[in-house]
Order: sequence, then structure tokens, then C-alpha cells
Amino acid sequence: MTTDFRSNVAQALKQDAVQTHFRTVVDRLRAHRQAALAGDAAFEQLRNRCAAIRADAIRRLPQLLEQFESKAQRNGIQVHWAETTLQANRIVLDIMQRHRATFLVKGKSMVSEEMGVNAFLQSHGIDCLETDLGEFIVQLAGEKPAHIIVPAIHKNRREIAHLMHGHFSELPYSEDIETLAQSARHFMRDKFHAASVGLTGVNFMVAETGTLCLVENEGNGRMCSTVPPVHIAVTGIEKVIARLDDLPPLLNLLTRSATGQPITAYVNMINSPRRPDDKDGPDEVHLILLDNGRSRIAGDPELLKTLHCIRCGACINHCPVYRQIGGHAYGTVIPGPIGAILEPQKQGLDAATGELPQASTLCGACAEVCPVRIPIPAIINRLRWESVRKNQQSQNSRPVVPGAGSRRRPLEAAIWKIWAWCCSHPGIYNRLTKLATRLRNRLPAGMGAWTVARKAPKPARSTLHESLRTMDIDHE
Amino acid sequence: MNNRVVSEKPQAVYFYGTCLVDLFYPQAGISAIELLRREGVSVIYPQSQTCCGQPAWNSGYRDEALAVARAQLALFPRPIPVIIPSASCAGMMKVHYPALFRGQSDEATALNVAGRVYELTAFLVDVLDMRLTDLGDPVSVVVHTSCSARRELGVGDKLHTLLRQLRNVEILEPENSAECCGFGGTFAIKQPEISAAMTREKAATVRATGAQRLVSQDCGCLMNIGGAMEKQNQAMPGQHIAELLWERTKK
Ligand code: SF4
Repeated sequence: MTTDFRSNVAQALKQDAVQTHFRTVVDRLRAHRQAALAGDAAFEQLRNRCAAIRADAIRRLPQLLEQFESKAQRNGIQVHWAETTLQANRIVLDIMQRHRATFLVKGKSMVSEEMGVNAFLQSHGIDCLETDLGEFIVQLAGEKPAHIIVPAIHKNRREIAHLMHGHFSELPYSEDIETLAQSARHFMRDKFHAASVGLTGVNFMVAETGTLCLVENEGNGRMCSTVPPVHIAVTGIEKVIARLDDLPPLLNLLTRSATGQPITAYVNMINSPRRPDDKDGPDEVHLILLDNGRSRIAGDPELLKTLHCIRCGACINHCPVYRQIGGHAYGTVIPGPIGAILEPQKQGLDAATGELPQASTLCGACAEVCPVRIPIPAIINRLRWESVRKNQQSQNSRPVVPGAGSRRRPLEAAIWKIWAWCCSHPGIYNRLTKLATRLRNRLPAGMGAWTVARKAPKPARSTLHESLRTMDIDHE
Repeated sequence: MNNRVVSEKPQAVYFYGTCLVDLFYPQAGISAIELLRREGVSVIYPQSQTCCGQPAWNSGYRDEALAVARAQLALFPRPIPVIIPSASCAGMMKVHYPALFRGQSDEATALNVAGRVYELTAFLVDVLDMRLTDLGDPVSVVVHTSCSARRELGVGDKLHTLLRQLRNVEILEPENSAECCGFGGTFAIKQPEISAAMTREKAATVRATGAQRLVSQDCGCLMNIGGAMEKQNQAMPGQHIAELLWERTKK
């Protein structure tokens, strides 16, 4: 059946250059991670520790959020709760309007992508400028990020040079990364100073201290959060952790898993607005806590593991499917294995992205590298079941995953029923397999989707069951 | 993975051939049985075996998977190992039966069987400590380690332990060897475009080794990669590891 996802995929696979480019970059990211872990005997213990930290945080989510909120408020941070992305956007707009701001500088934030804040603000006459270099390139191209850590992963150097030249036509054309970065930096300096509001994401919220932690490499996150008089941080409610001591191990794993760096160039710890003796900092700090389906996910003992994610991108980099199709084909804010389990839970299995749990061979590469040991293949399996499970009319409660049962097709269900019946009746099974061996030369050469890329397999002359009957072994 | 349930060499084992071996690769099953018997282990082949239920389990059809898996549980009453010449199907029984049968009346039986399941090469190496003498002509083989062997069961290296004992066999690894071949069971049918792209790349790296044969512990991968190479008219004979081992060491 042709679906939105499958036509996206076909489109992506047609672009040879894109595909080759993705493979190269992804392979490089894998190598960086590998190099960063080499010789670290304590790595597996560190993973265990971090997995436990995240599991504990999500298990105690409501309590930790409450603790965080009261600490943060005491520190002077204004905390806002948003159940939906629309509410979150309205809160941003409201703050902007109160300050008569017409212009927003943004640090990299996947939650702001989830909110679609740029488009929302634009429709209210407010311009947004992405200040992370990768995000800036994506914005210039009028596209969406293709990766959560490397948003412009799909762009090669030439494309970037052309985009930048189109934007800064006064500058000479250059493909030198340093030169390009310099031009962008130069351009942004003024914008940071002109903007009255800066928006960033958050990597972790520390409940015991009310601290926001934000890691980045370019310093633009620090600029956005310190230069404009108002700083708005947006984040999902799952980013909370209990203690300050939990932070070093998590950061250690996060950066090495993501880019192979021992630590990012900037680690921002935001505790409060500017205090009287501070040299810089915003007068107001707002934090918007977005739910958008997360608390529902947190209610299921298996699915809540989805929320343990620390957004390192390692599963994406190691996914053989992502390696082939790239990020945009997923049609989601977050692509790759984590996107394939998270987005359908948020949007519903009946949405177009509800197909994503099918986009996996269950090869396990994601779970193998996930720093917090999220069992992604098991969650994929669970969501496949949720997709086709029989509707529970008897239960009045809402399904755990929206759209559960919506992908059950009568024909497919019937085929599985027949298959199960044959395979649980050995007499029938044996007659069928024997028949296949007898017809081995007369079976069709074309077997639908299978034979597009492969020759059809040919049944053996006789089955193992048959062959062994004549061998002197115990058949019990 | 240390899944030894018997520290001594068992006198008898059950052999679970898998549906794929049954219909397409019976020689792999026969070879595996010959290897086991040569080590002095008697082999019981329950004739009522069909399929482990994995295709339905991975497609979300849990009731159907359960019905089929339940029919297999009854085949292994004696407390002896169950040997499976496929990491994928061994993984189904060992790792997924406990989840599939959770809360069912026969959960205890399922756990008991799961605890006795061995992937063939892991059993040959870890339990039987099999020693091999190569009697064959020089040959170069490229190894594809299945994802189930490598990641789900953690027994990917056992095949190499066995192959390295064969002095006339040159072992080659394809580039990006840990990458999945793109089969993924019903994935190949549901997402044929992605599957084909992955398979083509795998076939190309396998071919680039210049090996004379492709060897794996899983027939699903052989069928997939082999079928792709055949389609491109660049067939490379594919063999299950058991078949290669038996062929080169039988007297
Ligand atoms: S699921 Fe795991 S590997 Fe993937 S982004 Fe989240 S933390 Fe990283």
C-alpha cells in the first residue's frame, strides 16, 4: 500500500547524492562516538547509572516537577505550564507582546520545532532568527532540521555556500567553513544585541536546585539566554532530573554519544534572572513546560521508557534505515528510531506518522548504542501490536496509545489467522510445505515486493521433516 | 552470553529446525544434526515442529503468535537443551517467549523452554567445545553475522571461533559488517523500498570482498543477500555455517 511515508522514502532514495551524503556523515558520527568510548572500561557501568537516573526521574515525574517548580520560582524563574503546543506558543506570544517585541533570537531547540513556534510567531508579525549555525542554514533553505543534533546534516558544503552567498550577497562566495561561520557570526552579533527576547531549549532541569542546564558548542545559546533582557526557555516535562549530582554522568554520556566530544564547548547553568551583582543576564527568565502527550506516555509502565531519552541522536546515527532515507522522509520533528517510537505515541497510530514503527528491521543497533538503554525494538514491537490490536469496546477507558487498532486491516488479519492455524496444525503445515517442494519449479518468479530487489527463493527438493524421516534419529 | 543450563555435555538434545530451514535450507539442518551427532550427542527431532511464531510476533499479531508458539512448547518435555540453527528463531524463543507468554497459564513452561534454548554455534562452542580439522580445499568466505546473533543473543563471535579452526578457510569481513542486511522479516514486504536499498548496499559490500562464498548463522540473511546478488546476476553461493563446517570436516 502506498502511503505518505513510502512516497517520502521513494523520493529520498531517488536522490543518489543525498543518500551518499547521509551515509558519509552518519558514518563519521559513528566513528567519533566509537573513538570517544574506546578504552573506557567503565562505560557500561556509566550507562547503567544514567539509565537508572532517568528511570527514577520519570517514575517520580509529578513529584520532581513540583519540586523543580518551587525551587525555580524561588530563584526568580517564571514557570509556565502548557498542555498543548498551541498553549505553549500563546505563552511565548504573550510574553513577546508584553515587551512589545517584534523580533526573537533563537538557540537550538527541538521542542520549539515541536511547537512550530517560528511559523506561529510569524503569523503574528514576529520574526524569528535561528542562531545555531545548522538551524540557520535550515532556516535559510526554508526547510526543517533533518537531525536532532546536526540539523543541516543533509546539506553539503557547496549547498551551504550558495545559501549563505544568497543571503549575504555583499560577501565574496566561499566554501570555506571557517569563513562561512565567521560571516554568520558577524551577522548575528548585532541581532543578539537588537533582540529584546531570546529563546532556547533545555537539556536538563535539576529538581533539587531549580537549575536549567543547556549544552551547546557555538555560544549562541549563551548569547540568547544572557544578552536580550528576556530569556524564554522551552522544554518537555520529561527533561527533569532529581539531583545536581545526576548531571555530570548524564552530560558525559550525552556528548560522547552524540558527537564523540568529551564535553561541549559551552555548558550553561541557568539559575535565575540577573541578580544585582551579576555582570550580565536577562531581567526575566521564563520557562515553558510542555506536556503534549508526555504525561499520558508516562502512565504506561513500558512506554514511559520513551521519555528516558536524553536526545543524543546516537540511535539515529546508528540506524540503518535513517542511513538510507535521511531525516526528512520521516515527516516528523524527531527522525530515526526515537522519532519512530515517540511521534506515533504523540500523534496517534492513525496519523501518517503512525506507520513509523514499521520502518525498522528490529536490528537492535539503536538499543545497542542508546546511552540510557531505551529498549527501542521492544517498544516498536509494542506499537506494532497496538496498531493492529482488536478494539476493546468493552473497556470504557481511552486507549493508552491514541489510534490503537486503527491499522488493523481485515485481509491482513485474516492472512495471519490462516497462517496461525496452519502453523499450529502440524499435519496441515507438513502437507503445505511438501506441496511447495513438489511445485518448486512451477512457483512464480515474481513474488511481489520481495522480488523487486531479489530472486525468489526456491523450495528444496524435500523438506527437512521429510529428509529426516529416513535418517535414523529419534522423532519423539 | 553465558546461557549454559547444562555444565556437562548433554547426552541428548532437541533439534528445532525452523520453518525457513525446513522448506528452503534442509541441508543446513541435516549438517547441524550430523555435527551434533559426531560429538556424541543424540538428537531428537520432534516431527510436529512448525514455526516459532516470530513473523506474527514482529507484526503485532500477538494472539496468532501465541497460538503458534504454544504448539511448539509441547515439543520439548524433557529437560534437555533445544538447539536452533538460527539466532533469529533462537532469539524469539529465548528472549521473546517470556514476554509473549507473560501472564499466560503456560508461562512457566515457556520460561523453562526459553532457558534451554541455544543458538547452534553458541552450543557447539560453549557447551561442546567442538574441535575441527579442515579437510577441504582452500576457499575464501565472507561472513555475515546476523543482527540477532550479534546483538540480541550476543553470540556473533561463535561462528568465527569455529571458522578459525579451519586452516584452509580464509575469513573475510565486509565493510560496515555490523549493518543489518535489510531483511527484517515482514519489513521486506511492508517497506520494500528501504529494504531493497539496505540489501543492495549489503550485497555490494559482500561482493567487494571478492570471497568465493557467503556464510551466516541465519538463513534469512542468506536468502536476502543471496537473492539480491542473484537478481544482479552476480550470484555468490551462500551457505549456512553448519553446512560449511560439515562439508569440510566429514570423513
Ligand atoms: S533514544 Fe537513546 S540513543 Fe536515541 S536519542 Fe534518545 S538517548 Fe539518544
